[in-house]
Parts: sequence; structure tokens; C-alpha cells
Amino acid sequence: MGVIEKIKKNLPSWAKKIFKKKRARVGIYGPPNAGKTTLANRIIRDWSGDAIGPVSEIPHETRRARRKEGVVVNANGATIALDIVDTPGLATKIDFHDFMAYGLDEEEAKRRAKEATEGVIEAIKWLDDLDGVLLIMDATEDPFTQVNVTVIGNMEARELPLLIIANKIDLPEASPARIKSAFPQHTVIPISALEGYNVDKLYESIANHFG
Amino acid sequence: MSKKKTKKRRTKKSDTQKGIRIDIISKDRLSAMAPMEKIRLILDMVRSGSIVILERGLTPEEEAKLIEMTMTEITPDDFSGIEIESYPGKQRTTFLGKLLGKTMFETRLTVVGAADQLKTLKRDHDFISALVSVRS
Repeated sequence: MGVIEKIKKNLPSWAKKIFKKKRARVGIYGPPNAGKTTLANRIIRDWSGDAIGPVSEIPHETRRARRKEGVVVNANGATIALDIVDTPGLATKIDFHDFMAYGLDEEEAKRRAKEATEGVIEAIKWLDDLDGVLLIMDATEDPFTQVNVTVIGNMEARELPLLIIANKIDLPEASPARIKSAFPQHTVIPISALEGYNVDKLYESIANHFG
Repeated sequence: MSKKKTKKRRTKKSDTQKGIRIDIISKDRLSAMAPMEKIRLILDMVRSGSIVILERGLTPEEEAKLIEMTMTEITPDDFSGIEIESYPGKQRTTFLGKLLGKTMFETRLTVVGAADQLKTLKRDHDFISALVSVRS
């Protein structure tokens, strides 16, 4: 890190506004199957007409971080160029037996588990190289997971911007309110990355938070 | 945990002579250790079957490092990872900190165990409920 970057990183928030960025490298984080790649595909399709990777109901489909640079988002009169990093799902445990429940044979399940562990390490290493994080949570699940607590703690400790996305609001059992009450100090945007519900609100928040 | 459940497990424990070891590490001991030293100690204890309770938890960076180290040690049919339970940390900003742009991050009690031994039942800001089982 250069001297200028170090000085900027240690500035108080009022001073950081002077150096407001118009380009940000943003990581999409969350537990497996929360919809990280679906969200990355949604953002990239909406603003560049491309896609970043395949999705699957089997956890840990994304086992290598994928990047898409220069995705320009215009919202609410603000423009920002995003370098999007779609990271592998974070977890504290990976058991190959869980993959066999989805019909994978033992050898394939073990290979997937091995790759998934490497993916988690890669996702953690990316935390050092980001300007902000989109933390995606499945709104049908309990938000108080260690993965969520750890990502939020790391962003707060680094004083980097974080947006929480309550995904899957198209499902009847979704409860974005539960996520808001769990992490009241952060902005929570309820969306359906799959159906596109409320994504306009998300783009406004991205422009405000990371711009 | 209800009294009924506790009693039932105690009976089972005396029958089988099996137990669960709990290691509680004080904040004083933790603060005297380097981050990697803490992580190695926790992983060694967890892998030997202990449930580890840290009086003052780990910093977010140390938690991330613990997850990273755990991933390197996962092996099929032997070790599938850990379960960590901690209350969310608290940020504190002093007047001087505001001027300097520095925020203090206060860590809180943390419980760590092997994934096949420790299962989180419920957790919120100030409450953790977990199920601990004897390894078969």
C-alpha cells in the first residue's frame, strides 16, 4: 500500500468524503446458497448485459472468486464503476457427506469439499483488497450465523462500507425484518436477486454507499 | 438447557464413563498471546475433543484467520471443521478516536468446538444456546 493510500485509509470519515471515490472494488459475501452469484449475475446483466457464473442448488457451486471489472451503475443521479468480486460461500465447516445428499458420488463429493475449503480461504484473503462489501443473507434463514458476524466484524474493524442484502424476499417465509433487527447499525436492503424485486433500491444504495 | 435434559445426560455419562471436556481461557491469558498462538491453541484443543470457551473472544481478523486455518485442516472422515459461537462485537469511539478516525472494537465471549460436537440451537445479540454432544 502506498503512502497516500495509507494516509487516506486512516483519515476520519469527514475527511474521507473529500476523497470520495467514483470507482470501488466490491466483494459479494455470504454463506453458501444465499444467492451471491445470482446477485452478481443480476447486477452485471442489468448494467453490462453479461454474466459472471453458473448457479446451483448444491452448496459451494462457486469455489473460485470471479471478477468483473468496470460495471458502471447509474442511480439517483450518481454514477459509480464497480469491480465486482463474486466470492465462494463462507463456512466454518465443510463435510463431504452433505454433498452426497445432493446425489454426488463419494469421490466427486470429496473433490468438491476440498475445492470448497480452498474457496473459503480465497474469499477470506479477498477481504484485504476490497473497498466495500455486499453481504448477502437468505431472508428465510436465521441471520445470526458466525459467517455473518465475522464478515460484519471485519468490515467494521476496517471501517469499510457494508451493505446487507436480505435476499429471497419472493419466498413466503422470508423475513427481512429479522435481519434488520439483528444488525440495526447497518443498512439492510430487501431484494429478490432471482426475480429482480427491489433491485432499483439496491442500486441507489450502492451508489450512495460506495460512491 | 433444561434440568431434565442435564439429569438425563449425567446418567448416561456415568454409565459410559464418557464426558465432554470444557477449556475456559481467561482474557488475561488470551491478551498475552500472539494471534497465531491463540488460533493454534484453539484448533489443537478443539481437534482433541474439547469445547473451548474464550472469556473475551477473538478480534474479527483473528476469527477470519481461525476460519482460514480450519479450512486447511479439514480432511474427509476425520475433521469437518468447527462451530464458533460469539456475540456480535461492539464498536466504541472515543472523542480522541473520532478526531484520529480510530474506532475500538470490543470482542465478546466466544465458544468453539468441533462441528460434529457443537451445534448452535439459537443465538442473538446477548444469548447463545448450544447442544454439545459426546464424540462417538
